[in-house]
Amino acid sequence: MDSMKFTNIYLKDSFSIAGPLEKEGQIKNYNLTMDDYYYHEKTFEQAEVKMQRVVIDNLLLRNKLLESDIDYLISGDLSNQISVSSYTARGYHIPFLGIYSACATFAEALIIGARFLDGKGSRKAIALTSSHNLNAEKQFRFPVEYGAPKPKTTTFTATGCVGTILSKEASNVKVEGATVGTVVDLGIKDATHMGAVMAPAAAQTLKQHLADFNRNVDYYDVILTGDLGSVGCEIFREYMKRSYGVKLKNHMDAGTEIFLESQDVYAGASGPVSLPLVLFNKILKNNRYKKILIIATGSLHSPTFVNQKITIPAIAHAVSLEVLK
Amino acid sequence: MNKDEYKKLVDEYTPKENKVKNAIIAFLVGGLVGFVGQVIVTIFMTSFGMEQVEACSWLCILVILFASFLTALGFFDNWVTRAKAGLIVPTTGFAHSITSAALDYKKEGLITGLGANFFKLAGSVLLYGMIASFFLAIFGVIVYG
Repeated sequence: MDSMKFTNIYLKDSFSIAGPLEKEGQIKNYNLTMDDYYYHEKTFEQAEVKMQRVVIDNLLLRNKLLESDIDYLISGDLSNQISVSSYTARGYHIPFLGIYSACATFAEALIIGARFLDGKGSRKAIALTSSHNLNAEKQFRFPVEYGAPKPKTTTFTATGCVGTILSKEASNVKVEGATVGTVVDLGIKDATHMGAVMAPAAAQTLKQHLADFNRNVDYYDVILTGDLGSVGCEIFREYMKRSYGVKLKNHMDAGTEIFLESQDVYAGASGPVSLPLVLFNKILKNNRYKKILIIATGSLHSPTFVNQKITIPAIAHAVSLEVLK
Repeated sequence: MNKDEYKKLVDEYTPKENKVKNAIIAFLVGGLVGFVGQVIVTIFMTSFGMEQVEACSWLCILVILFASFLTALGFFDNWVTRAKAGLIVPTTGFAHSITSAALDYKKEGLITGLGANFFKLAGSVLLYGMIASFFLAIFGVIVYG
C-alpha cells in the first residue's frame, strides 16, 4: 500500500523560526527569527534544541493547549541519533516518536501523525522538524570554520524549526491524503549533488501518487518539492518528462524559495526545515493555492557510507493538502 | 530510466566548474603568498642577520599564526573558499584545517573533543607527508650517497 486518504485531519496552527541568513532571504514573515547561530546557548546543538522548544511552547501557548492535550509529538532532525529531537522531548510530558528520513522528515511526521489521529481516541499531535546549518556542516561535511571549496551543485542547509498541530477539529487546511515513497537509488555517489540523488525519488513518488489517486498533475494548484535545489529541480522536471511523459507547469521547489541568489548559497537551500518553512510562510499565506501537494525529499546518506563509495539511496513522501476557505 | 541513462541526464544538467578560472585564481593567490613569504625571509636575513634555514622556520611559524588567528576570527574560511588551492596548498591551509577542527570540537572536552579531532583533516597531510619524505630520504641516499 502506497497511498492513503484521511477523512477529517486538519492542520490547526503552525509556528516557524528561521535563522539569521534565512531572515535576509526571500520570505519575510516567519514567526520568529534568530540573530545568531548560538541563539543564546553554549553550543549549536543546544541552540537547535532551544529552537524546537520555543516552537513547541509557542504552539501550546497560542492555541491555549496543555501538554496533556497533545497525544503525540512526532519529530526528527539531522543530528546523530536524532538527538536534538530527543533532548527536546525530555522536557515535555507528551508521548514521543523520533523519526528520521533526512529532509523528508516533515512529510513523514505528517503522515504518521495523521494516520494515528485517524483512529479512535487520539485528538491532537504535533509534527515538528528542525535543521541547523552549522550542526549539519559538522555532521555531514567539514568543521564549521573550514573553508572547503564546494561545487555549484551543493545545497546549503537551512537553519530553522517548524512545528504544526495536527487535529481532528475542522480548520482551514485539510490533510487530504498521502503517499509513502519507496527508496530509490539511481547510482549517484556524490553527496555534494543531493538534487540528483533525490530527483528520481520525487518523480517516482509523484507518479505513484497520481496513479493511486487517479489524478492528473494539473489537479494541484502547486506541487512543492522539498529541497532539490536549482540543479535538482531541472533534473526532476526533465526526469518526469522523459520517464513518465509528464510536463510540470505548477512545480515549485522549496530549496530555491528561501535564499536570494546574491546570498551565495550554491544551488539553494536544503534540510528538513526547508519545505515546511516555504509551505507555511509562503504557500499557505497565498490564497491562490487551494490544492497543494508537498513532496518532501530526503537523501539517506551517512558520511561513513559515502566514504565507502556506496551509491546513495533517496526517499520522497507526498502529502496532499486542501485549503478550504 | 536505468542508471546509465540517468547519469547522462544528470551530467547534462550539472553546471561545469570553471577549472581554468580556478587555476588562475589559485596561481595568483598562491604566488602572492609565496612572494610575501620571500619578502619576509629576505627581511629576516638582511635586517635580523638570520641564516636562510632559520629565517624560513620563523616565516613558517608566522604564517601558521596568521592563518590560525584569522580562522579563529571567523573570516579566513571565506577567503579559502574563494582562493581555493591558492590558500589550501601553502601552510595556511594546514593551519586553517587544524584550527577549524579545534574550534568545532573544543566544546566536547579537551581529550575526547579537541585532542581527538585536532588532526581530523590535517592527519592525512601529516601521514602521507611523512611517508613521502621517508621514501624521498631513501631515494636521496641511494642516488647521492
